[in-house]
Amino acid sequence: MNGQMVDNERRTLILATSAVGGAGVVAMAVPFVGSLAPSEKAKAAGAPVEADIGKLKEGEKMIVKWRGKPVWILRRTKEMLASLETVKDLLADPESEKSVQPTYAKNAARAQKDEYLVVVGICTHLGCSPSDRPADGNWKGGFLCPCHGSQFDFAGRVFKSQPAPTNLEIPPYKFLSDTRILIGDDSGASREA
Amino acid sequence: MAANIYPKYQSDGSRLGNLLEWFDVRFPLTSLWRAHLSEYYAPKNFNFWYFFGSIALVVLVIQIVSGIFLTMNYKPDGTLNAAGIPVAFASVEYITREVFGGWFIRNMHSTGASAFFIVVYLHMFRGMLYGSYRKPRELIWIFGVMIFLCLMAAGFMGYLLPWGQMSYWGAQVILNLFSAIPLVGEDLSIFARGDFVVSDATLNRFFAFHVIAVPLVLIGLVVAHVLALHETGSNNPDGVEIKKFKDDKGVPLDGVPFHPYYTIGHDLPAITIFLFFFFVVFFWPEGGGYFLEANNFLPADSMKTPNHIAPVWYFTPFYSMLRAMVWNFFWIPAKLWGVVAMGGGVVILAFLPWLDRSPAKSIRYRGPIFKTLLAIFVVGFLILGFLGAQVPEYCFFGLSWLPGAVIAQIFTVYYFLFFVTMPYWSKIDKCKPVPERVTFK
Repeated sequence: MNGQMVDNERRTLILATSAVGGAGVVAMAVPFVGSLAPSEKAKAAGAPVEADIGKLKEGEKMIVKWRGKPVWILRRTKEMLASLETVKDLLADPESEKSVQPTYAKNAARAQKDEYLVVVGICTHLGCSPSDRPADGNWKGGFLCPCHGSQFDFAGRVFKSQPAPTNLEIPPYKFLSDTRILIGDDSGASREA
Repeated sequence: MAANIYPKYQSDGSRLGNLLEWFDVRFPLTSLWRAHLSEYYAPKNFNFWYFFGSIALVVLVIQIVSGIFLTMNYKPDGTLNAAGIPVAFASVEYITREVFGGWFIRNMHSTGASAFFIVVYLHMFRGMLYGSYRKPRELIWIFGVMIFLCLMAAGFMGYLLPWGQMSYWGAQVILNLFSAIPLVGEDLSIFARGDFVVSDATLNRFFAFHVIAVPLVLIGLVVAHVLALHETGSNNPDGVEIKKFKDDKGVPLDGVPFHPYYTIGHDLPAITIFLFFFFVVFFWPEGGGYFLEANNFLPADSMKTPNHIAPVWYFTPFYSMLRAMVWNFFWIPAKLWGVVAMGGGVVILAFLPWLDRSPAKSIRYRGPIFKTLLAIFVVGFLILGFLGAQVPEYCFFGLSWLPGAVIAQIFTVYYFLFFVTMPYWSKIDKCKPVPERVTFK
């Protein structure tokens, strides 16, 4: 068929049919694509978790599962807290300007109470869980991600020139008493250095 | 496709002949056979580098057959059983220990994955040696790169299924790559997992992709790869076109029918290679911790990353490129650069047909620049692969002035420079004159 023989009526019909068919394909794709997103059940599984920190000794860390992720509760020693000041110049985001945390944790200790660090133990690079790395020589102590080598201090702040772009995330939490922490709910919580 | 130029089969009056004739009238049986096997003329000067295409096809069959039988006992279920072990992990243990022949089928499938990549890497390297990607074979090469991507997808998703520690954390890392994409990244990564962390939902979809979607695409691409090859004809170690010189019947003078010459000719190397393959399947299925990693014999634990996590060996060169990117430039964070390097490392291969401007296709006639740069490229790629399996702070021979991280950065830069500067150096390289016809003793 050459250009002059185009039947305009048929061409309009072809266009209309293609448009309706195309709309049908898009409409049908919605449930298929949508089925890949988290289900209602997955979205609902985010209830707050309570942790008993009564038995946690100085320098000890416990792991609590919250929304499928490990949340660390580290009871920091005086040396650990002191190291936060020493390493300040080596950090990528010492003031946590670019990092994710509730406002009460946007401070050098990144905590409500300086003694307790509550942090999501998932590297902000690609989601591995960093391991503990005690102080050793020049290294003042903190965490090392086994996957791509990102280093963090005892407040979960990332060092300069590391793959991780920001500090470890601080989840919402509040102290129910001196020995109990609720992770995932921070209504009424505030900084109490 | 020239399927109609062949005359239909004529029966000799025997029962079998009559049946064949009946069939051939209704299906292009003899014409397909002749076009793709008995009258597909391949260059007579193939050397051992040309085995790997056929071998890859055999490995594909092994993977499909062993995979089908594995699904009969495997359960893609991340929830815990009564003993507190994830059902998926337990089902793989069950296959290995309690199903008759299960250990054999499982080892064959896991070794097959590694074998597939060994064979495919050699097959791709052959293409680089003899310029098999050059005009008019660009599409064959592009289909090949797509097959490589499919294999990587299949390997990656299949690796989650045993639901061990390496399965879990490997998937966690790779799915989080999406989160490096600005604005939509975090949502995309949640969408890919189907949950906020790698979970049962992720395991189920990976199972679906690994056993249905990816193999279907893969088979389609393999068919396209072979059809495109048979359209242009095979390249050869001399990098000359055998179709230039034909006899009066139109048969290339330097060609031999693929069947029986190469169907039989590839048998001995195939048998040799599969002797090695089954040696590994029977006696060395862990492959020294490279084929099956030690940490994957522990069930997935979302609370603890193993101290040393590395992908399976066939991803390590590209994983090294991901790790090598630790600087932020042009407002783009290091994390995104890492992802770009890893993806770009594979995708850049697809541009090879247009990057290479050398007058000669084959390494036999190419100059010293190509030979030198290619040698460094191969060494660099192997070193990247080695380093990708090591801890980030690894130093060669324990010497602090040979830090693995810096060496990986150097070779990552080299990898990309090799391709990006190729249009320049491939043109000025001193090539030897290319013969008109293939050299054959």
